[in-house]
Amino acid sequence: MALLQISEPGESTAPHEHRLAAGIDLGTTNSLVASVRSGAAQTLPDAAGGHLLPSAVRYLENGDHIVGAEARAQAAVDPSNTIVSVKRFMGRGVADVKRLGASLPYDFVAGESGMPLIRTVAGDRSPVQVSADILSELKQRAEQTLGGELAGVVITVPAYFDDAQRQATKDAATLAGLKVLRLLNEPTAAAVAYGLDRASDGVIAVYDLGGGTFDISILRLNRGVFEVMATAGDTALGGDDMDHRVAEWIMAQAGIGEDPGRHLQRRLMHAACAAKETLTAQASVDIAIDLDDGSRWQGVLTRELMDSLIEPLIRKTLAPCRRVLRDAGISVDDVHDIVMVGGSTRVPKVRAMVGEFFGRQPLVDIDPDKVVAVGAAVQADILAGNKPEDEMLLLDVIPLSLGIETMGGLSEKIIPRNTTIPVARAQEFTTFKDGQTAMALHVVQGERELVEACRSLARFELRDIPPMAAGAARIRVTCQVDADGLLSVTAEERTSGVQAHIVVKPSYGLTDNEIESMLQASMEHAQGDMQARRLREQQVEADRVLEALQAALQQDADQFLDAQERGAIDAAAGTLARARAGDDHKAIKAAIEQLEAASAVYVDRRMNANIQKAMTGHAVDEFK
Amino acid sequence: MPSILTQNYFQLFSLPERYHLERAELDARYRDLQRRVHPDRFASAGDQERRVSMQQAAQINEAFETLKDPLRRGRYLLELRGAPAEEQQGSHQDPEFLMQQIELREALVEVRGQPDPLAALDRLSRDIRAQYQALESALETALDDSADIQAALTFVLRMQYFTRLQNEVQELEADLEDEMF
Repeated sequence: MALLQISEPGESTAPHEHRLAAGIDLGTTNSLVASVRSGAAQTLPDAAGGHLLPSAVRYLENGDHIVGAEARAQAAVDPSNTIVSVKRFMGRGVADVKRLGASLPYDFVAGESGMPLIRTVAGDRSPVQVSADILSELKQRAEQTLGGELAGVVITVPAYFDDAQRQATKDAATLAGLKVLRLLNEPTAAAVAYGLDRASDGVIAVYDLGGGTFDISILRLNRGVFEVMATAGDTALGGDDMDHRVAEWIMAQAGIGEDPGRHLQRRLMHAACAAKETLTAQASVDIAIDLDDGSRWQGVLTRELMDSLIEPLIRKTLAPCRRVLRDAGISVDDVHDIVMVGGSTRVPKVRAMVGEFFGRQPLVDIDPDKVVAVGAAVQADILAGNKPEDEMLLLDVIPLSLGIETMGGLSEKIIPRNTTIPVARAQEFTTFKDGQTAMALHVVQGERELVEACRSLARFELRDIPPMAAGAARIRVTCQVDADGLLSVTAEERTSGVQAHIVVKPSYGLTDNEIESMLQASMEHAQGDMQARRLREQQVEADRVLEALQAALQQDADQFLDAQERGAIDAAAGTLARARAGDDHKAIKAAIEQLEAASAVYVDRRMNANIQKAMTGHAVDEFK
Repeated sequence: MPSILTQNYFQLFSLPERYHLERAELDARYRDLQRRVHPDRFASAGDQERRVSMQQAAQINEAFETLKDPLRRGRYLLELRGAPAEEQQGSHQDPEFLMQQIELREALVEVRGQPDPLAALDRLSRDIRAQYQALESALETALDDSADIQAALTFVLRMQYFTRLQNEVQELEADLEDEMF
C-alpha cells in the first residue's frame, strides 16, 4: 500500500496533488456537470437531488436571475424573460436567429458586432451571457459538492459546431470564470463514457438526437487512439421539433388558429413534450389543454399516430447518416457499435429506425442524458493531470471546410472538412488591380461554392502592400485550427513581408473588450471584487507556470541549458515568485511574460527532444 | 538536433524516403508521435509549451495526410527530388490517355440515363479505382526501382485526372442517393 504524502505547511503544491476537474455537458434542453470521484465518473446532483439542470434562465426586474428547473417552470408565466434552448443561438447572427425563432417568444435586437441580444427586464442579454449564467450555476454546484475550486473543465460541443459556435462556448466559459482544458466533441465523450476506448479496435457510430441538435459521428478506435473519421448533422433539428409536430397536431385537433399567442404556445409545447415522454412507455396518452377562451380541449394521442407525425423528422436524420458513412469511406457493415445519446433517443421509433438503418441494436445502457457529461468528466480528469500514465488520446477533425472568399463571391477551400486538427495550411492569393495596396480577406466556413451560402467567420484587411502590377503580389494566407477547433488566420505579402494576423473572432462573436466589460458588470452586480478575482487568477497562473517549470528543470535542465541560460531562467523565476507574493495582478502578469521569454529557448529544445524520443528505436532502414 | 519544422516528412516519421510504404507502420508511428506532442498532453502546461505542441501536432498531421495519400505522397517525393509536378504539364499527356478520359467522362454523364443508375455508377467507380491502383504500382516502380522521374511525373499527373473523376463520381453518388431517399 502506498504511503500518503504529507507536505510541509506553506510548501508549494506538489505536482501530483489531485486537481479538481469536471466535465460539463452544456445542452440545449438540459445541462449537467460530472466529475471523477473515487475512481468513477458521476454526474453531480443539486441540493434537491436533481442531476439535470434545465438550460433555462429567467431574468428578473431587479437585475437578478434564476437558473434551472425553477426558471423553466416560470417560462409559461413569463415567456419573454425566460430564455430556453439558448444553445441554438450560440455563434449565430440576428438574421439566423430570426429565421430559427419564428415561433419563439423573444425580442431580439442587434448588438454592436451583429450578435443578437435578447431584450429582458434585466437588460439586453447575449446568448453567450445566458450560457455563462448556466455554466456559473454548474460551477457552483461542482465546487460545493467537491469542496474546492475547479482547476479546469472539459466542455462538450456538438461535433458539427462551427468556429463561431465553439468560440461563443469558450467565451461563455471565460465569463463564468472557468478554465477550459478542452472543448470536446459530444460523440467522442459519449464513446469514452461507454469505455469503448478500452475496448477492442473498431468503428463506432454515435447517434445524438438532443433537444435542438442532431449529430451523427463515425469514430474509429485504433490502439487507444480515437479518431473522429467524419461527422455530419443538423444544428436545427431535435426533440423540440418533435414537440412542435405534436403541438401542431393538437392545434389542428383543438381548432386553434395559426398564432396561438405566447402563453398558449408554452402550454401547447409543454403538453406535447409530456405526451411524447409518456408514449415512450405507453401505447396511448390523454392530452388536455386549457384554451384562452376558458374552455378545455381533451384528446387521445396513440404512439402509432405520434410515430407517423415524427417519422419524417427521424427520416431527415438518416440522410446525414448515409453521408457520414460515405465521408468515412466505410459501409454500414463496418460499424461495430452504435451509441445513443440525447433524451430524444428514448423515443422507441427513433431506436427502431436507427437500428434498422445500421442493421444492429444500438447501445442504450447508459442514461442518454448523462452519457456525454460522464465522458467529459473522464477526459477532464486526464487533462488535469490526474492520470499521467494514461495513454488515451482523442484526435478530432474540423467539421466544416474553411475557405477564403475569392473574386466572384466564391469560396476557395483552404482546409477541407474532416481534416484532423490541429492543422495549419497555407494558400497563395494575388492582387486583382494594378497598384493595389490593400486586400480584404473574408474567412468563411461551409461546404458550398458560393460564399453567401457559407457561414461568415471573419473579415480583415492586409494593408501596405507595395504597389505592383495586378497578379504580381503573392499573398500567403495561413489558416491554423487548434485542438479545440478554434481558428486563427495570418496573411503575408511574400515579396515584401507585410503581415497581418488575427485570432478569428467570429462575425457574430464578442470582442475581448466586450467580454471584459461583461465580466466587470457581472462582478459589480454580484458585489464581487474584480480586483481580488484578477489577482487570484494571476496567482493561480503564476503557480502553474512556476510548478511546471521547476518540474521540468529538475528533470533535464543539465541536458538542455548551459550555466548562463539557467541563470537567466532562475532570475526570471525569482522575480515571478516575488511578484506572486505581492498583490499587484499586473506585476504578476508581466513577470509571467518575462519568465516565458527567458525560457523560450529551453521550451523549444525540450519539445524538440520530446518528439525525437517518440521515434527512437525506429531506425530509418528498419523496413528496407 | 534538427527542428521538426525543417525535417522532411519521411525523416519526421523515420521512414525511408521512397514511394513504397507499409500503411500499418505509418499509422503506428503517427500515433506514437501524436501521443507525445498532442496539445492534450500539455493541457496544464504553460502557454509556450502549448504553442509549440500545437505547431508540432499540426506539422505531424500535415505530414501524415501527405504520406498516407498515394497521390500526395507521389507529388511530395517528386518535389523532394527537384521535379515538382505542375498542373500545366497535363497537356503533354498522350492523345490515347486523353481520349480514354473523355470516354470515362461521357460514361459518367450517361449514368443518369441507365436503368439502375447506382449500379452503373458503381461499375464505373470500380473501373476507375482499378486504373488508379495500376498507376500507383507504375509510380512505385518508376520512383523506387528505375528512378525514372519523367515517367513518374506522367503517372502523378494521370492520377490527378483520376482523382478528379473519382470526386465527381462521389458527388453524383451523393446526389442520386439524396434523390432516392
